[in-house]
Amino acid sequence: MNRQITHLFTLFVLMFVVLVGFSSWWSVIRADELEDNTANRRPLLEEQRIPRGIIFASDGRTRLAESVPVGEGGARRFVRAYPEGSLFAHAIGYSFVERGRSGLEKSRNDELVGRTDEFDTLIEEITGGVAKEGDDVRTTLDPEAQRTALAALAGRPGSIVALEPQTGRIRVMASLPDFDPNEVPDRFAELNRQDGSPIFNRATQARYPPGSTFKVVTAAAALDSGRFTPDSVLDGNTGKPISGVPLANFGNQDFGPTTLTDALTNSVNTVWAQVGEQLGKDTMFDYMERFGFNDEPPIDYPPEQLTASGEFAGNDLLGPGDDEVDVGRMAIGQDKLQVTPLQMAMVAGAVANDGKLMKPRLIERVVSRDGRVRDRVDPDQSAQVMKPESARALGAMMSRVVEEGSGTAAALAGTPVAGKTGTAEVQSGAANQPWFIAFAPIEDPQIAVAVTLEQRPADETGGQAAAPLAKQVIEQVLSGG
Amino acid sequence: MSARSRELLGLLPVSLLVTAGFTAVLITRSATVDTVTLTYGAFFLGCCLLGHLFIRARLPDADPYLFPLAALLAAFGLVMIYRIDEELAREQAQWFVVGLLLFCATVLFLRDHRVLERYRYLIAIGGIVLLVMPRVPGIGGQVNGAYLAVDIGPLAFQPAEFAKLAIIVFLASYLTDNREALLRGRLSPPPLRQSIPLFGAALALGAVLILVLDYAVWPSLLIAAFAGVLVGLVRERPSLKHFGPLLLVWGLAMVMLVFIRDLGSSLMFFGGFLALLYVATSRLSFIAFGTVIFLGGATFMGRTVGHVEERFDTWLDPFAPAVEASGYQIRQSLFAQADGGLFGEGFGQSLIQLPGCAKEDLADFPDKCSILPAPHTDFIYAVIVNEVGLFGAAGVVLVALLFAARGFKTAITASDGFSKLLATGLAAVFALQVFVIVGGVVKAIPLTGVTLPFISAGGSSLLANFVLLALLLSASDLARRDARRQPSGGLL
Repeated sequence: MNRQITHLFTLFVLMFVVLVGFSSWWSVIRADELEDNTANRRPLLEEQRIPRGIIFASDGRTRLAESVPVGEGGARRFVRAYPEGSLFAHAIGYSFVERGRSGLEKSRNDELVGRTDEFDTLIEEITGGVAKEGDDVRTTLDPEAQRTALAALAGRPGSIVALEPQTGRIRVMASLPDFDPNEVPDRFAELNRQDGSPIFNRATQARYPPGSTFKVVTAAAALDSGRFTPDSVLDGNTGKPISGVPLANFGNQDFGPTTLTDALTNSVNTVWAQVGEQLGKDTMFDYMERFGFNDEPPIDYPPEQLTASGEFAGNDLLGPGDDEVDVGRMAIGQDKLQVTPLQMAMVAGAVANDGKLMKPRLIERVVSRDGRVRDRVDPDQSAQVMKPESARALGAMMSRVVEEGSGTAAALAGTPVAGKTGTAEVQSGAANQPWFIAFAPIEDPQIAVAVTLEQRPADETGGQAAAPLAKQVIEQVLSGG
Repeated sequence: MSARSRELLGLLPVSLLVTAGFTAVLITRSATVDTVTLTYGAFFLGCCLLGHLFIRARLPDADPYLFPLAALLAAFGLVMIYRIDEELAREQAQWFVVGLLLFCATVLFLRDHRVLERYRYLIAIGGIVLLVMPRVPGIGGQVNGAYLAVDIGPLAFQPAEFAKLAIIVFLASYLTDNREALLRGRLSPPPLRQSIPLFGAALALGAVLILVLDYAVWPSLLIAAFAGVLVGLVRERPSLKHFGPLLLVWGLAMVMLVFIRDLGSSLMFFGGFLALLYVATSRLSFIAFGTVIFLGGATFMGRTVGHVEERFDTWLDPFAPAVEASGYQIRQSLFAQADGGLFGEGFGQSLIQLPGCAKEDLADFPDKCSILPAPHTDFIYAVIVNEVGLFGAAGVVLVALLFAARGFKTAITASDGFSKLLATGLAAVFALQVFVIVGGVVKAIPLTGVTLPFISAGGSSLLANFVLLALLLSASDLARRDARRQPSGGLL
């Protein structure tokens, strides 16, 4: 019988080998596939068990998002709280198991839950030191300037974006109407249906006609291509045919022979339309793309909350080869142009920074709970849009706008400001979209701003309605630090 | 070194595991080492030490490894259960003490396990009564479609755990007496060449049947296997009486399937029976025949008893939409294992409780609020993989295999037929139980709810396995005493 017993035991050894084989199959070989399985709620639940990192404002003190524990023992979980409420609702976004994530909470989720790369994980797994809390994220956002911006908007739908031209740090990202992210778990459906789409981030997602602020792009192309100088003279009379159709100046004003500087100061449509036509579509699109048009901005923010700026036919971007493009009218910000406030702030920033467009960014660094800096985001150049001389010449032209032109409302005592107004007609002229883009101080630019308001009465222009808001934000940023 | 000193030494790793395990769980839980709960571990070790002293006194020649291996599994189980729920661990610790007492009582009152032979029919009837108890109205009840538990007043238990021992004792003694008769019936089989037409006829018949019935692959294979096995049996020319016990036990297993709807226990019994039959008669044809008729019967039952069929479908593909609800358990089990990986998340670190569970439900944990159903019983192996990873889990499987190995070793050493078969049966049924539940949890076989011996929470399982340990140890005490007296007898 002993031989049979040995056989029997051998069979059991084989059976147990099968058990270990299957265990390895699920726990190691196919583990990744199972972790990604949609029926697997573990990753989501696991994340609730660790405190997500804190999101700080640029001062390193103000908490924009933090995790608070709920429940006790093994059932304890962490939920997100936003101490500043709606202040940075759009930039920071929200993170709730029931509702998913948006904004920085989404784009920087890996860091916030303390997920590091594969190699680190393996080492930590072996040494047993798997991270059980998320890393903190320090943003570039300035709470005081943001408050000023929101107060300046005074409840009117619109958006203000302010960034540092030399670093790309976004200081202000205001969008109204806004929402309190703390209410997202309970009122999500309501917020989504609500008039004015409060969850929609106008700074990065809204596409508005830019109006005359776009003339800055046209001017950059004109000067940098070498085809024009600030003193080039063109016919500034109203009614000039552009693409075969007469184009009117604001208030049907005739300016006669006008230099480009004067044409920018007084926002003469006919002059800039002629410049656009003479430069041609290829040159115009070339410079637009250098400024970042026709592509989503290079910012760490969820792609579905970003949109490109450019000439649109429906939801499709047009290029220089498309016949629908009326380059003359595009050059003055009309035609099919649709832009985001963020894009226009980038335009002002590039002019301010000697023609260098910096990548806009929302975060400064990622720091682990024990104080180690995990990731530092350094200023990164996105493009050299134009030669520094062109940028300085353009800046000088823009300073005239604030000194004596359409943008005097943005003038600051003692600090030279460069800017450009814009007033786009919407709803066939029934309403206006006032704009103002600016940077200051001219000699050593610290801040670039884009301001726009939605659906204003037809008598409100960019110079009256938007320029004072830019002034308040610039003043706050310059005084605050 | 004497056997008992080796046993004492074997308890060292157990003490290490208990101390390290409890400490790890405590540290994760409260970031402090609570001395009150550490006495827990010390108490457990004290019990083991007393058990050891008892064995030293009553079974001085018994196998030195069986007890430490069982203690190791129990210690691991206790740490895992403690990690899942403190209250459950307290209960389990109480059951452990009761189990040890039952162990001592078994050894004391039995004196010689061979007396069991005398009461084999009584034991067999007792086993069957135990099995059908869950179907008796008033004391039994249905859980998840199966009849597993009995509830008499304050006493609730799973009779199948004890019935398993009774059936093995009966089969071992029955086969001890009848194996000669079974073997004698064997005539010398005709040369293989003469049977070729027979095999051919069977194959042709099978093929025709398959074509005529237009069967699917699985029944076709079964029919073919059945035909082949039948031919093999005919070649052996056994008499009808050989089939008597085989068919009887098969019938019993099928009745169990229908009656208590417990595929796991049924598989264990029949597997244990086949193992014993093989060891007693060394007829592979019997085993093949038995396996095929069991699979055939189980498939048939699977198609007719909804509960079993669902289990089967979830086993084939737990991610299929059709088994959305019934596949939840096994899916969660696989997810938990994937979470564990190679080294696991560490004692006390895996996700067990659903975060944000309502307070009133939390009182019923782990029956409610648990992401993985039955984490302390059926699915404890998944929790083990989750917490200590593939390495730790493979270690547990290895310890279980070593336990079975010592059981088989006892069988080999034993000098009398009954002891041999008893030890074989007990070791086989232990290993089968591990295979059935772990195999179910890792989706190697359809999931059936049996406990993981010595590890799963639950008094019945622990007590029954302590009796199993007592029987194995007394068999091994006798065997090794005999072997010592007659050194020429050899070990193998």
